[in-house]
Amino acid sequence: MENAFTIAAYVVAAVLFILSLGGLSGQESAKRAVWYGIVGMALAVAATLVGPGSGLWLASLILIGMGGAIGVQLAQRVQMTQMPELVAAMHSLVGLAAVFVGFNADLTINMVEAAKAAGEAVNGSFAELVAKKTAVEINILKVELSLGIWIGAVTFTGSVIAYGKLAGKVNTAATKLPGGHLLNAAAAAGSVLLLIMYLSGAGSWTLVLMTLLALFIGYHLIMGIGGADMPVVVSMLNSYSGWAAAAIGFSLGNDLLIVVGALVGSSGAILSYIMCKAMNRAFVSVILGGFGGPAGEQMAVEGEQIAIDAEGVANALDEADSVIIVPGYGMAVAQAQGSVSELTKRLRAKGKEVRFAIHPVAGRLPGHMNVLLAEAKVPYDIVLEMDEINDDFPETDVVIVIGSNDIVNPAAQDDPNSPIAGMPVLEVWKAKQVFVSKRGQGTGYSGIENPLFFKENTRMFYGDAKKSLDDLLTRIS
Amino acid sequence: MKIGTPKEIFEGEARVAMTPDSALQLQKLGYDCVIETGAGAKAGFADADYEAAGVEIVKTGAALFKAADIVTKVRPPSEAEAKRLTKGQTLICFFWPAQNEDLMELCKSKGATVLAMDMVPRISRAQKMDALSSMANIAGYRAVIEAGNNFGRFFTGQITAAGKVPPAKVLVVGAGVAGLAAIGTSTSLGAVTYAFDVRPEVAEQVESMGAEFVYLEFEEEQQDGASTGGYAAPSSPEFREAQLAKFRELAPDMDIVITTALIPNREAPELWTPDMVEAMKPGSVIVDLAAEKGGNCKLTKMDEKIVTDNGVTIIGYTDFPSRMATQSSTLYATNIRHMMSDLTPEKDGKVHHNMEDDVIRGATVTHEGEITFPPPPPKVQAIAAQKKEKPKELTPEELRAQEAAAFKAQTRQQVILLAVGAALVLGVGLIPGMPASFMQHFIVFVLSVFVGFQVIWNVSHSLHTPLMAVTNAISSIIILGALIQIGSSSFLVILLAALAVFMAGINIFGGFMVTRRMLAMFQKS
Repeated sequence: MENAFTIAAYVVAAVLFILSLGGLSGQESAKRAVWYGIVGMALAVAATLVGPGSGLWLASLILIGMGGAIGVQLAQRVQMTQMPELVAAMHSLVGLAAVFVGFNADLTINMVEAAKAAGEAVNGSFAELVAKKTAVEINILKVELSLGIWIGAVTFTGSVIAYGKLAGKVNTAATKLPGGHLLNAAAAAGSVLLLIMYLSGAGSWTLVLMTLLALFIGYHLIMGIGGADMPVVVSMLNSYSGWAAAAIGFSLGNDLLIVVGALVGSSGAILSYIMCKAMNRAFVSVILGGFGGPAGEQMAVEGEQIAIDAEGVANALDEADSVIIVPGYGMAVAQAQGSVSELTKRLRAKGKEVRFAIHPVAGRLPGHMNVLLAEAKVPYDIVLEMDEINDDFPETDVVIVIGSNDIVNPAAQDDPNSPIAGMPVLEVWKAKQVFVSKRGQGTGYSGIENPLFFKENTRMFYGDAKKSLDDLLTRIS
Repeated sequence: MKIGTPKEIFEGEARVAMTPDSALQLQKLGYDCVIETGAGAKAGFADADYEAAGVEIVKTGAALFKAADIVTKVRPPSEAEAKRLTKGQTLICFFWPAQNEDLMELCKSKGATVLAMDMVPRISRAQKMDALSSMANIAGYRAVIEAGNNFGRFFTGQITAAGKVPPAKVLVVGAGVAGLAAIGTSTSLGAVTYAFDVRPEVAEQVESMGAEFVYLEFEEEQQDGASTGGYAAPSSPEFREAQLAKFRELAPDMDIVITTALIPNREAPELWTPDMVEAMKPGSVIVDLAAEKGGNCKLTKMDEKIVTDNGVTIIGYTDFPSRMATQSSTLYATNIRHMMSDLTPEKDGKVHHNMEDDVIRGATVTHEGEITFPPPPPKVQAIAAQKKEKPKELTPEELRAQEAAAFKAQTRQQVILLAVGAALVLGVGLIPGMPASFMQHFIVFVLSVFVGFQVIWNVSHSLHTPLMAVTNAISSIIILGALIQIGSSSFLVILLAALAVFMAGINIFGGFMVTRRMLAMFQKS
């Protein structure tokens, strides 16, 4: 760590990382910015390898290479619809790595103390660093590494469960063990107790036990959160993985880890905040899981759902001048983005104005829909955010809602007793005509009846989104 | 199944419930069509036209009732016709169930299902089968034509070499479907047209047709048409008085008066009193479209044209649609065809009588040996309720005050946030025995969080997924910690560090690669 060159390289890397995040403000600059990140990472790793991490550097390079090969495979094979799973899985790796590094720090402290007692010298750059610390500094180090392990462990199991839910391997419904959040609170209190015992020298077993408790909290917390809240969960775990890195950075005295951990942590925190705001829910209530009970009698929905076939939709599209498409998670499930893109292309070729309206929480990951549409080669300049497009609905001829439900629910505005009252929604019902592509008559994730489907200008286009759209495409040349 | 249409036996009725065009459409729904010979003759459709459209022709009405599973008609069935109905047979026609209870009993006892075209609820979805509206439209048009036929002058004003001709003045009372059609016809013929209705919300529609809406100076809670399914409701005596006074004032000026005021299931209200008729100029014409329900003018004689002592012609015909039989048959047959397509959701030529459906339920008066009239109110309102109040417009001062308040709130929030943040940082520094080495790292940490917040707020929403992937990749910076530790002398430490290096390696490459892949997909149009 005394190596001045290494520290200088860290400064450069930190600046590059900041630039790589800042570059994401626009699609074009982002393409450049990702290279800043890559160069920064390469620089940081290289500087560490020649400096403080020079022990076993060959083995390290081989390990990185092996991991890298797997990473590249994953990145090339992953479907864009599986992006949420991949992100969640990667979070779990960061969390687990943080746990390991934290335990190593504890082991090293023990080793150093043993060596000091025996009057021997210590090997390894980190051990040498530890050996120089005073008793107070060692205690602070212990707090830091416990924090790193704790957050890392929560991130690990949380991400594994989130991955399972997103990949459909774990039931997406919110489930809790008996005792609910009391269990979590008890586990957290137990962790604090164990931390105090650890600090007062009770030995490493306290740390192991604390880790187990943290693993349980991560598991139980995410099990209790339902499918549609996943954007918040994933960004929250993203944030945690950053804080874990920062805590480890403190314990290792490594400023670059602190900088990057703080950047990632605040990035995830902001994303969670944006997602919560888009659902008009407090962060705490999302984390505590499930929708709260309705505040009173919900408005009865009047009218009936009227179905329409592909022919009817095709005719309406033929007559329309402006079309807005509102995609949701259902589009991702049905893998319909290619058909949507084709439809867009054909309609645009006919001189119609086609745009996309994206709600911040559409899909299972922040920005999920944008990535899917981009994959299907929908130009990004016709893909608009809720705030940009919400005022345009009254002048729109046709709105096609594909696989979204709660984000277009007028009850959020009309019914103060609705569980989603006050949530910002896309005001599709103000358009002249709305077609809803939907698998069946059921309610959405939140189980709330959607009055949109009963409006007089709404027609239900039942069936699997991809099949329906392909059917529609045969009628639009 | 077979759909059949008999010849209308009501005297003077020229309409027919099936046209060659509608027969083709019905066949597309999977039905076979049959018609009594000569049924369409008065409406201008020859048997040969029907045959060309694939319709079977039968000789007599009795044979037709025997052949068809579904009978479509215009007028309510006569007693003889009703007696021919059999169990399970369906009859679709104008039925007027409220006035024809005996007939309803008879149909019920025969076990037939009767759908009354006049009972189709007035909701948007049912407009395509709203035969009352399509017939009223024709009646309104024809009323103006009949008036012109009996009126001795031009409608439009002209200045000719032979002198100046003033335009005719037309007053249309009741701006329903018939009223609006009359207004449209009258204005397009060039007459100066006035219109009145008890529902002030139709003023806009009236004005859009080019007529002038006659407003009353009357202080009362005005009617909201939404509560009565878009129809007018009886008005209070005071309102009626004000209305009559206005008419009295207008009567001497008007050349043609067309009254269309009807209230559902009631006698027509008297709006044009005998003294108004007396006040009118000789040669004026009154067309009373409410003649069937007693007339808006009490002098009206149903189905007759009379001339009063002061030379005012009062027309009380009730068969206006029948006088334009080709047009009205085409529209009515289309209404019936739409009704059939709602009854045949599968397009398999079989009637699926869904009593859950608002429209079908509303129109059904007898079904499976039971009388189902009157129907429950439909679940959907016919027209939207009137907006009660508009949001108040803010004055510039109020706007400025609002902005100032928002700015103040923002400042306060920021100051509180800063104060809390500073207090926390200072609090960390004040912990006794806190080593300076920690504080140095702490500065880096706080500044990084700050930079992070500033930078991330600018990230565009559409790039949130790449943001997550890239933060994922760079959070693998934890690899540095593992690299530093891997050179330890303890095997356990080496093992754990090696695993951490390996996992972080997956993440670094995977994260950056997938970010690049995603970003490459974003393309401008």
